[in-house]
Amino acid sequence: MLEYVEKIRKTAGKLFEEDKVDVFIGYKKGSLPMMNQPVLISNADQVDLLHWDSNCGLNLCNYLTKRTDRIGIVANGCNSRNIVTHITENQISRDQLYIVGIPCKGMIDHRAVQRAVKQKEILAIEEQGNTFTVKGKDFEDTFNKNDYLQRNCLVCTHRNPVIFDEMVAPPVEEQIEVDTYKDVKQIEGMDPEKKWNFFTRIIDKCIRCYACRNACPLCYCPTCFVDESNPQWVGKSSDPIDTMTFHILRAYHCAGRCTDCGACERVCPVGIPMRQFTKKLNKDAQELFSWEAGLTLDQRPLLDVFQPDDYNDFIR
Amino acid sequence: MGIEPGRLHFSWISSAEATKYVDVAREVAKEVKALGPAKHFIKKRAEVA
Ligand code: SF4
Ligand code: SF4
Ligand code: SF4
Repeated sequence: MLEYVEKIRKTAGKLFEEDKVDVFIGYKKGSLPMMNQPVLISNADQVDLLHWDSNCGLNLCNYLTKRTDRIGIVANGCNSRNIVTHITENQISRDQLYIVGIPCKGMIDHRAVQRAVKQKEILAIEEQGNTFTVKGKDFEDTFNKNDYLQRNCLVCTHRNPVIFDEMVAPPVEEQIEVDTYKDVKQIEGMDPEKKWNFFTRIIDKCIRCYACRNACPLCYCPTCFVDESNPQWVGKSSDPIDTMTFHILRAYHCAGRCTDCGACERVCPVGIPMRQFTKKLNKDAQELFSWEAGLTLDQRPLLDVFQPDDYNDFIR
Repeated sequence: MGIEPGRLHFSWISSAEATKYVDVAREVAKEVKALGPAKHFIKKRAEVA
């Protein structure tokens, strides 16, 4: 990981020196452990801010929408797929971008680590390849990174960037034979009553802060349906039905577009597993239309194509 | 998500297809009636004054 940091800084520096970009988007160390932050730098003097480790779970593609300048950006597998989605949805153009690809070995689930140290305050985290050490006032623990991966990373099958101008390292081995949709299949097996109870239970702590929406690069509408007041599409209180409406519609707006980057789950202040909504749609897209979002620039997005020989009657 | 099959319908109707619209609306109403009143996804009026 630390070699990556050197390489990212060098590449960014070179891009500024050769006047190839106006801004470079990457991560910097967060003010709290395990919470790296996005950073936009605008000249070569700032490259030492750039950082990379297994706490870069926010999605940088958020910062690309409708920019007009030339941009350098780091991208691992899922972020690169969101960049592809942004390009095909005309939110940014390919020739504005210089993509520094990062082969990814997954992000650390900060909640799992917090649980492992019994919610004691973690003051520092250090990575050593496949293990990491967390330190606090009167404790120090070392864990295997693979036991503490984010849930989306455990089932990720696109760890290498799908689009890049340069890679910081050779590709990593992709995970094969992961059962990506095991959890979805379990839910599919429930009857409607059980499903309703399941989804009601997982969102019952939602405070409607919309952090999940803000963290998602797909949610770039100038005015989100939840913020609109004339007409008002959904109630703004934390009434359980309004909250369910928000979650169902948020997921539907991501249909055929979600890359399962996990940013939404990562940022939720109350730990709601809202990927259970989007994952079902990802599974349907894959099973019914052999579609995974953001894999290539050559295909139009799933929901913007129509085929006269569609097998469903209702569409004809 | 716990909404029974039959309660939710999708269709693609052009603004020029008035008769199709009527047919689909009738069909949907019939199927939903057969299922009976919904048990979930009903917003109750707020109980505050
Ligand atoms: S989803 Fe895949 S590419 Fe994205 S952070 Fe996890 S392992 Fe890396
Ligand atoms: S819905 Fe969540 S997992 Fe999917 S692209 Fe958005 S932030 Fe990533
Ligand atoms: S981030 Fe969590 S609490 Fe906030 S709106 Fe999303 S699910 Fe609800």
